[in-house]
Amino acid sequence: MASINIKLNDQKIAQLQAICKEFNNDKGELINVLHKAQHLFGYLPAEVQEVIAKELNTSVAHVYGVVSFYSFFTMTPKGEYPISICMGTACYVRGAEKVLDEFKRILKVKVGETTGDGKFSLSCLRCVGACGLAPVVMVGEKVYGRVAPDGVKDILDEYLKQ
Amino acid sequence: MATFKMHLLVCGGTGCRASESENLFHNLRTGIIQKGLENDVQVLTTGCFGFCEKGPIVKVLPDNTFYTMVKPEDAGEIIEEHIIKGRKVQRLLYVNPLTSEKVEDSKHMGFYRKQLRIALRNCGFIDPENIDEYIARDGYAALGTCLTEMTPEQVIELMKKSGLRGRGGGGFPTGLKWEITRASKADQKYVVCNADEGDPGAFMDRSILEGDPHSVIEAMAICGYCIEATKGLVYIRAEYPLAIERLKIAIKQAREYGLLGKDILGTGFDFDIELRYGAGAFVCGEETALIHSMEGFRGEPTVKPPFPSVSGYNGKPTNVNNVETFANVPVIINRGAEWFASIGTEKSKGTKVFALAGKINNVGLIEVPMGITLREVIYEIGGGIKEGKKFKAVQTGGPSGGCLTEKHLDTPIDYDNLIAAGSMMGSGGMIVMDEDDCMVSIAKFYLDFTVEESCGKCAPCRIGNKRLNEILEKICKGEGSMEDIALLRNLSNVVKDTSLCGLGQTSPNPVLSTLDNFYDEYLAHVNERKCPSGQCKALLQYWIEPENCVGCTACARNCPVNAIAGERKGVHIIDQATCIKCGACMEKCKFNAVFIK
Repeated sequence: MASINIKLNDQKIAQLQAICKEFNNDKGELINVLHKAQHLFGYLPAEVQEVIAKELNTSVAHVYGVVSFYSFFTMTPKGEYPISICMGTACYVRGAEKVLDEFKRILKVKVGETTGDGKFSLSCLRCVGACGLAPVVMVGEKVYGRVAPDGVKDILDEYLKQ
Repeated sequence: MATFKMHLLVCGGTGCRASESENLFHNLRTGIIQKGLENDVQVLTTGCFGFCEKGPIVKVLPDNTFYTMVKPEDAGEIIEEHIIKGRKVQRLLYVNPLTSEKVEDSKHMGFYRKQLRIALRNCGFIDPENIDEYIARDGYAALGTCLTEMTPEQVIELMKKSGLRGRGGGGFPTGLKWEITRASKADQKYVVCNADEGDPGAFMDRSILEGDPHSVIEAMAICGYCIEATKGLVYIRAEYPLAIERLKIAIKQAREYGLLGKDILGTGFDFDIELRYGAGAFVCGEETALIHSMEGFRGEPTVKPPFPSVSGYNGKPTNVNNVETFANVPVIINRGAEWFASIGTEKSKGTKVFALAGKINNVGLIEVPMGITLREVIYEIGGGIKEGKKFKAVQTGGPSGGCLTEKHLDTPIDYDNLIAAGSMMGSGGMIVMDEDDCMVSIAKFYLDFTVEESCGKCAPCRIGNKRLNEILEKICKGEGSMEDIALLRNLSNVVKDTSLCGLGQTSPNPVLSTLDNFYDEYLAHVNERKCPSGQCKALLQYWIEPENCVGCTACARNCPVNAIAGERKGVHIIDQATCIKCGACMEKCKFNAVFIK
C-alpha cells in the first residue's frame, strides 16, 4: 500500500498524546486509541502510528500489525463523500455486485480507491443491517435502499452538484 | 404509563431509520402536542419490529393496528383520522399478499402468527432508552430473585435444566459453561458478551441491543453472580453506532438505579460493565480471538485448551456468551426451567432468532421455536419467494454454513438436524435463494469472504481457502475440468480437518454443501461451459432475437458502453466484443427480444 508522507504539526501530536493519556497509555487499549485517532484524522498514516507506538511504549510493528489486521482501520484518506456498497449476502443476492460495477465504471476507481479530485472513495462493507432495503449503498452516513444500477448516476449527481 | 389511552410505537431500528423513521417520529410527536393530546397518546421510539421489508413501521396500541411503509408526511393523517376520528388509515394497513385483504389486527399477520418471541420479547414494545419501561415488563426481577433467593449453584442448576445452548453458533450448553467457569479459582474473573456479529446478512444481536439492551445487562450481572465475576465486558462492533449508543445509555441508567456498580440491591454483590470495540474482523467471533482483540492484539485464535473459562481475558477465567444467549436468561429465571425446556426439540430447547433475507417476500427478524420446519419459516412467516419465482436453496449459518434445498424443507430446525443436513445453525442468518441464483457463484461469494477474513495464522485456512477460491473462479469462467471438481472436494476436507479454529473448520461448508446438493450445476459449468442460472458473466452472451425486435431503440439508448447498433424501427444487434454483460438491455426491452445464450 502506498503510504502518504505527512508531517504532523505539534498541535496534532499533542492531540494524539492526549488520546493515549485518556487511556492511561495502556497498550491493552490500543484498539480504542486507534478508533479515536482515526476519528480525529480520518485515517491512520504511518506518522500517527509512530506517535501512538511511542506513547503506549510498544513497537511500531505491533501497532501496524493491529492496524492492518482490522478492516475498520485504513491507512489511506477517504474521499469527501465516502461511498460504501453493502456486500452482505442479502444485498449480494439482490444484485449488489451490479451496483458496485456501475460505481466502478462511472467513477473509474477500484474498491479501496479515491477519485483523483478527492471527492469520492469507494469501498465495500459487510451488512449495514438494513437487509429489507437490499441492495444498500451508503454515502457518508446517508443510506440509499433498493439501489438499481441505473440509479447510481442519480446518487452521484446529488453530490456533484454540491 | 398506564394513564395513556393510546400508544404510537415507531420503529427505531437501523433499517427503519434508514427510511426516515426519525422524522416520522418527530412529526407524530409534534402533531400530538399540537392537538393537545400529549397526556392521552404516547409516542415512542422502539426497537425493531422485525418486519423490515415494509418499514418504517408504526404500531398503534391498544388496537394492534400495523401501519407499513409510513412516510414522515403521513403523520398528520394518522393523527387526524385514526387518533381523533377513530378511523384506521386504510392505505397504510398491511395487505396480506395471498388474499389481498387488509389486515386490521397485527395478530392476524402470517408473519407473526408462527413466531414465539422470547429473546425479542421487548423489541418493538418498549422504549429501549428508558429503564422504567424494561422494569415494567418484569425487567431486573430475575436479577433480584437470583441475588436474594438463590445460591449461584441453584441458578446454574436451573440454567442447566432449562437446556439453553449458546446461540452464537457453537451450541455449547450455557449452564455447563457457567459451572466450569465458576469452578476455576482466581482473584478476578470476567463475563464477556460477544456482540461482534460478523456474518454478512445477519442482524439478530444488533436488533436485540438496539431494542432491549437491559435484558443483556441483567443477564450479564446474573452470570457474574454465578461465576463470581465483578467485571463484565461487551465486545461490540464499531459499525453498530446505534446499538453502542443505546447500550451506553442503558448501562448509565442501570448504574443510577443501583442495578450495576457496588453492592447491588443491598446484597453486597458488585458488578459493572464496560464496552470494548471490535474493528471489523470476522474471526473475532471465535472466543480466543475475541479475547486477544480485547487485549489490544491482532484477533488471532489460539489452541484450546486452555479454554477461556480457565484462562481468558488477561489470563483470568472468562465466560463468553453471545447476545441472544444472554437475552434468554432473565426469562428462564422468571418463568422456570421447565417452561423453557417444554419449548423446542429434544436436544435444542427454546427458540432461535433468525435474520430472514434474500429473495423472500417478508425480509426481517423472526424468532421461532426450535423444531419448526424450514417450509413454515419460508412460506408461512416469510410469505414465500419474491415475484412468484421458484425456491432453490436456503443458506443457514452464514459463511460457515451450507445451502439446503427443497428436500430439506420439512426438516425440523435444530442444532443437530442442521448439522446432519450439511449446514449449521450458526448465529442465525437465513438467506433464501431463487432459481436465478447460481450456486457455484454463491459458494465463491462465501469463499471470497473467508479468504478476506482468514487471520492468516494457520496454513490450511490461509492457503487452502485461497486455492479453493481460485478453483471456483476457474469454474465460473468456464475453464474448469472434472479434476478441479474432485480437487475441490478433497481440498475442502483437508481444510476442514486441519484448521485451528472454527473459521477454517467450517469455511469449506458452502462448497461441500453446494457440491452435494447442486452437483448438476457444477457439471454444467465444467462440461457444457454454461451457467444454468445465467449469472456467471464469462459464460453468457446477450443476443437480440430479430423476430421480436421492433426497433424501439430502448436497449441502445440504455447500453452504458454503446455496444448496440441499429436503426429506429430496424433490428438491433449487440456487439459481443464491446458488451460488458450488464443486462441493462434485457431489463429495458419490453418485447422480450433480448435473451441469454
